[in-house]
Amino acid sequence: MRLLDERAVEDIAIGAAVLGTGGGGDPYIGKLMAIDAISEHGPIKLLSPDEVNDDDLVIPTAMMGAPTVIIEKIPRGDEALEAFRILERRFGKKAVATMSIEAGGINSTIPLAVAARLGVPIVDCDGMGRAFPEIQMVVPHLYGVKATPMIIVDEKGNLVMLDTIDNTWTERISRAATVVMGGSTVIALYTMTGKQIKEATVHGSITMAETIGRILRENKKNPIQAMLEYVKGYEIFKGKIVDVMRRTVAGFARGEARLEGIDEYSGHELLIRFQNENLVAIRDGEIVASVPDLITVLEAETGQPITTEGLRYGYRAVVVGIPCNPKWRTPKALEVVGPRYFGYDIDYIPIEERMRKR
Amino acid sequence: MPLRIGIDVGGTHTDAVILDEKNNLIYAVKTQTTPDVTTGILNALRDVLKGSGVDPEEIQAAMLGTTHCTNAIVERKRLNRVGVIRIAKPATLAIKPLRAFPADLREAVGNLWTIITGGHEYDGREIAPLDEKELREAARKMREQKAETIAVCSVFSPVSTDHEKRAAEIIAEELGHNFPVTLSHEIGSIGLLERESAAILNAAVISVAEAAISAFENAMREAGLHKAKLYLTQNDGTLMSADYARKYPIRTVASGPTNSIRGAAHLTQLQDGIVVDIGGTTTLVGALVRGFPRESAVAVEIGGVRTNFRMPDLIAIGCGGGTIVRKTDSDVEIGPQSVGYDIVRKGLAWGGDTITTTDVALASGYAKIDDPRIDLNRLKNLDGSFLTRAVSKIISLVENSIDKMKTSPEPLPVVLVGGGGIIIPPSHYDKLKGVSRVIRPEHFQFANAIGAAIAQVSGEIDRIFTLEHMSRDEAIKQAKEMAIQEAIRAGAKPDTVQVVEVDEIPLAYLPGNAIRIRVKAAGALSM
Repeated sequence: MRLLDERAVEDIAIGAAVLGTGGGGDPYIGKLMAIDAISEHGPIKLLSPDEVNDDDLVIPTAMMGAPTVIIEKIPRGDEALEAFRILERRFGKKAVATMSIEAGGINSTIPLAVAARLGVPIVDCDGMGRAFPEIQMVVPHLYGVKATPMIIVDEKGNLVMLDTIDNTWTERISRAATVVMGGSTVIALYTMTGKQIKEATVHGSITMAETIGRILRENKKNPIQAMLEYVKGYEIFKGKIVDVMRRTVAGFARGEARLEGIDEYSGHELLIRFQNENLVAIRDGEIVASVPDLITVLEAETGQPITTEGLRYGYRAVVVGIPCNPKWRTPKALEVVGPRYFGYDIDYIPIEERMRKR
Repeated sequence: MPLRIGIDVGGTHTDAVILDEKNNLIYAVKTQTTPDVTTGILNALRDVLKGSGVDPEEIQAAMLGTTHCTNAIVERKRLNRVGVIRIAKPATLAIKPLRAFPADLREAVGNLWTIITGGHEYDGREIAPLDEKELREAARKMREQKAETIAVCSVFSPVSTDHEKRAAEIIAEELGHNFPVTLSHEIGSIGLLERESAAILNAAVISVAEAAISAFENAMREAGLHKAKLYLTQNDGTLMSADYARKYPIRTVASGPTNSIRGAAHLTQLQDGIVVDIGGTTTLVGALVRGFPRESAVAVEIGGVRTNFRMPDLIAIGCGGGTIVRKTDSDVEIGPQSVGYDIVRKGLAWGGDTITTTDVALASGYAKIDDPRIDLNRLKNLDGSFLTRAVSKIISLVENSIDKMKTSPEPLPVVLVGGGGIIIPPSHYDKLKGVSRVIRPEHFQFANAIGAAIAQVSGEIDRIFTLEHMSRDEAIKQAKEMAIQEAIRAGAKPDTVQVVEVDEIPLAYLPGNAIRIRVKAAGALSM
């Protein structure tokens, strides 16, 4: 067990934006929520997964909805309290901690705020090791853990408890409920035992986000290289964004960004396809990285991550690829989060192999 | 003949110009900027009237671009004690107002806040009805706690202004109709904390702005400008009336660079391109889009606070006319430190011991300055390879900034303004990377004050439209019409108003029935 203070939360937010692969919303709001709660309730207790007993109960928390709504209609802060109370009654025991479903984006910092506000610890793990747009796209899903019973709460106090036949239904019904409830909700789902946490989650993701954030903050000389060494990632491209196209399809901001190479990439071109998150990177017509590996766009000088919403003409960017957690590389996992699920008719090849071939 | 005066306050100089109705330059002066800003403005007004010899009765309008508000926020001085009322409960309690402020600024504005019941959803429904009783109590309590101004921010006020407007009525009933109240939807866009912060900063500079505007109005009267109306320039290159500026002074922040860009556009009649404004300590690079500065797409910090109101998209580099040039073992370093206007004491050519970019330009022979204090013999120890390196560094610094401002690889024209522009060798004008041509217009050193004098009037809307009962095209059409009406209401001549910017942003992660549209329209000031 160790404590996370304001500084740690600041670093986690930056690291979470890197792991968010351009999507998942700006961790800024969750960060301020956590800092607000820490200033009133003190630092957050961080447990490593092996500090959780096998039969302990852990309730992951997150937010659902449009980041544009969340930055305007900020949560009340204690929505998760009622969700905890109902789930604890249902499972017949007190929860010992919360955890993140996503290591990237706003949902990496929301559980920190919940932990600080409710005074419960947070476990150093998450459901993805990155960000994904849909509820079933989590490692626990691959291990047969159900998202439900799921609680959906809004700031007004409306609460929906969901029991579904599978996680795809959970996704559909909860998103519809979120729209009716005003476009953003706090959710509690994938309640797990300590035993499940140990085998069916990505471990160490909060420490990883914090370390990435600290490297980018402290290393002024070569932040991106230092960060890549730590995450064992690759520089895919360096260039200037020369074109960004977007459109909204069924609630997802799809689009592509084109980069023109600079420095040693001069004369080359990179195309990034995104649907909220960056999904495929194509260099001079050849795929260099694809989902579920992480593709993140960083501001070339500072290493600060740029979200797909923030992609803009003229930015100098370094595009990096980070290997995903090995749990995402099984055939079953690739059915859920592979390129074909997102509509790209290509085979997934791990980024290490693609880079070795180059 | 109807004339206009434009005055712009810069870090080093306060400039004033007089233009006729066809925007021809009649007269221009440069004066020193003073620490209190106001004295410098009054000096510039006096000098330009005296020097030009025009009849003050002929002056129809005075346009002022000032740094009073920026300075007050950055220095945390003379700020009002602000009562912050957020209309949002039960939402938003997770982050309190002023939480994102640096501690010293939070204290400087009094740290008085409350959150009351009300606010809207993204589609215009109410989160909860506005609790008027709670609001009245909050207003009275703010007065007891000695608030001098009030900032009101309700959730999704860019979608529905109802609660903020009702709050203004109630506060007026409780605290009197002259009590200054800032409504957030008048200033910022979607993003509660950033908009609320912008509203708080606005409420904090009400008295500073009031004093500055009154001082200038008095000076205008004393100078015999009886017919002239006063306008202040905003950071989007358009004007607001003095009375409007008294209510929304925060909009003057960063109007200086904007005035330069607008002035550069006017002097060259260019609609699209890049403007490079080289001053004494910094070079500002901005983009000109349809005659206006391109706005920044990201949150902009003012005095350490993240805000989301419109600001020009600028790159500032520490490379101006007074920037220090250093020899290192194997290379040459440019800046970012500068001697500023101290160049006349510290610059090598003036007998000082510091090599500046201007010394490099003089030694290389491409710049000439008519100043008897300069002795070029003092530069003869600067060797050729050092000079070549320094010049190519200066050029590549400016080239890179120009390239960062561009939105496509196609070469664009560049307008070079500002007094420090001599550091770019004219022989390189047609060799700059990504640049189609470099224009250095006549009166380039007064681009900022000219930009103030020719500023237009604008109207802007930024809100979310739900597409249940209308198509996307209808929504954009409606938004354009609203922006045009706003511009006319602000004082634009109706037949000159044009839509200058349309932005649409779909809402991600929500099944698609909502869209955020931002439109700006602008036209000539009706006089």
